[in-house]
Amino acid sequence: MSAPVKRLASGVSEGAWVRRTLITIALVFMFLFLVLPLAAVFTEALRKGAGAYLEALREPDAWSAIRLTLITAVIAVPLNLVFGIAAAWCIAKYEFRGKAFLTTLVDLPFSVSPVVAGLIYVLIFGAQGWFGPWLQAHDIKIIFAVPGIVLATIFVTFPFIARELIPLMQAQGNEEEQAAIVLGATGWQTFWYVTLPNIKWGLIYGVILCNARAMGEFGAVSVVSGHIRGQTNTLPLHVEILYNEYQSVAAFAVASLLAILALVTLVIKSVAEWRHEREMKTIAELSPERPVVLKEA
Amino acid sequence: MSAASISSPLSAVGRPMQRRTTRRVLPGFNLTLGFTVLYLSLIVLIPLSALVFKTFTLTLDQFWSAISSPRVLASYRLTFGASLLAAMVNMVFGLLVAWVLVRYDFFGKKIVDALVDLPFALPTAVAGISLTALLAGNGWVGQYLEPMGIKLAFTPAGVVIALIFIGLPFVVRTVQPVLEDAEKELEEAATCLGATRWQTFTRVIFPSIAPALLTGFAMAFARAIGEYGSVIFIAGNMPMISEITPLIIVGKLEQYDYAGATAVAVVMLVISFVLLLVINALQAWQRRFTGAPA
Repeated sequence: MSAPVKRLASGVSEGAWVRRTLITIALVFMFLFLVLPLAAVFTEALRKGAGAYLEALREPDAWSAIRLTLITAVIAVPLNLVFGIAAAWCIAKYEFRGKAFLTTLVDLPFSVSPVVAGLIYVLIFGAQGWFGPWLQAHDIKIIFAVPGIVLATIFVTFPFIARELIPLMQAQGNEEEQAAIVLGATGWQTFWYVTLPNIKWGLIYGVILCNARAMGEFGAVSVVSGHIRGQTNTLPLHVEILYNEYQSVAAFAVASLLAILALVTLVIKSVAEWRHEREMKTIAELSPERPVVLKEA
Repeated sequence: MSAASISSPLSAVGRPMQRRTTRRVLPGFNLTLGFTVLYLSLIVLIPLSALVFKTFTLTLDQFWSAISSPRVLASYRLTFGASLLAAMVNMVFGLLVAWVLVRYDFFGKKIVDALVDLPFALPTAVAGISLTALLAGNGWVGQYLEPMGIKLAFTPAGVVIALIFIGLPFVVRTVQPVLEDAEKELEEAATCLGATRWQTFTRVIFPSIAPALLTGFAMAFARAIGEYGSVIFIAGNMPMISEITPLIIVGKLEQYDYAGATAVAVVMLVISFVLLLVINALQAWQRRFTGAPA
């Protein structure tokens, strides 16, 4: 009885043997290239036991690196968040001349090498740069100091949130916002009560990836930091210094903090994705007469 | 007829009016556009222009000798060769991973799916030192490879490995949604018309995902060319052999050779621009393929 159904199914899928081979190859590849490096970080960090691991994390230099990394992210992520929302709003909701060009420019920092990103700030604020003499005269340090690190981080993480929001807001169109305005909502109310709930998962996704990159950026920050221990070392730079000093356990211990950050990022990202998919499904299943999602308590 | 594509509840209003009404209905255009352009200029455009202005302080001879010394040329060869190789490996395995994730069910699929983004989330320096630890002579993988005469850490091959790690999600994440949206009816039709599964794949499925695959390839390639953090730990950084172009820039900066660093950086920037345009063109092509609803 089930023979015709079976034959049709095999027409749009592969035999069990092919299927199993492909899955195995994909999983072996993923294991070698993604799981092993991740596992290596933690085993190397714990090579000399938990004591040595905790010892490495208790170093004052490690603490100042953690602090600087957090400060950088706390400044860079909100700035890029505000920019991302503003850019997505004007690009997704309106038609204007030069829109495609503006979108390309927003993407630009993605394709610029991190090293070049660091270099451009050295050329502007460095001792021989445009503002170098003026900054020196006023005793303001940007390069080889915290402001330079923050600037380079902002550059590198610049497009993350905008990139996430633009396609999302384009797909959702303008109807709901227009309805809100016509019904008398102010611009802010429309954004807060109509747009934001629609884009919240994409927003979280963008923020979390932006944050991971901000905390983990190496190339750009390494050019502008000057590597002053305890002052201008972020966590990734601290990893490099320890590693080059052959303090392998300490280097991997600090690296494991960043690996944990990456894992947390992936978990939050996946949860946001699943929730978004579920909401989309619920909306798709609503009857056309009552196209409203009733909030669960 | 282009304005007709804007569907608005006010479409009863005459068409010549429509564009203006749409603009007036939603507030904040001037504010958001103004802020976007200002922030973009301050963070990206003005700093990047500094690179161009600095280049103009060099004579043509200085510029040329900075970007074409043998050591720099060797670094271009390594950077491009390794990036190309890594992007090609990623194209093959990225397609495979995307295919397996979209078409098959297996235990732990959601975890594997989440793990694909690990290279986006893991700081490059961490990836660099852990890949080095794996592939070094006493590492988990290196201890088996080295007796066989295969040396990966501190060689150009190590650079390729690091770049494969960095580029994988680009291919998977661009191909995956296209595969998800692919219409099964077409495949059924192909099968009904007597095509084998392999013919269906090469003649029906592959052409529809080719633009996405190429986009992913170009993105992985562009990212690989600029990559610094993960590569410098594993490369060994020997001049002429395993020194990548971004490292040349850092090296020149450390010797306070700002002009030389800028010249090489301009070369890299031009390449980034070209790649960005190629990626944009590929994405437009992809939209034409998939984004024409009936």
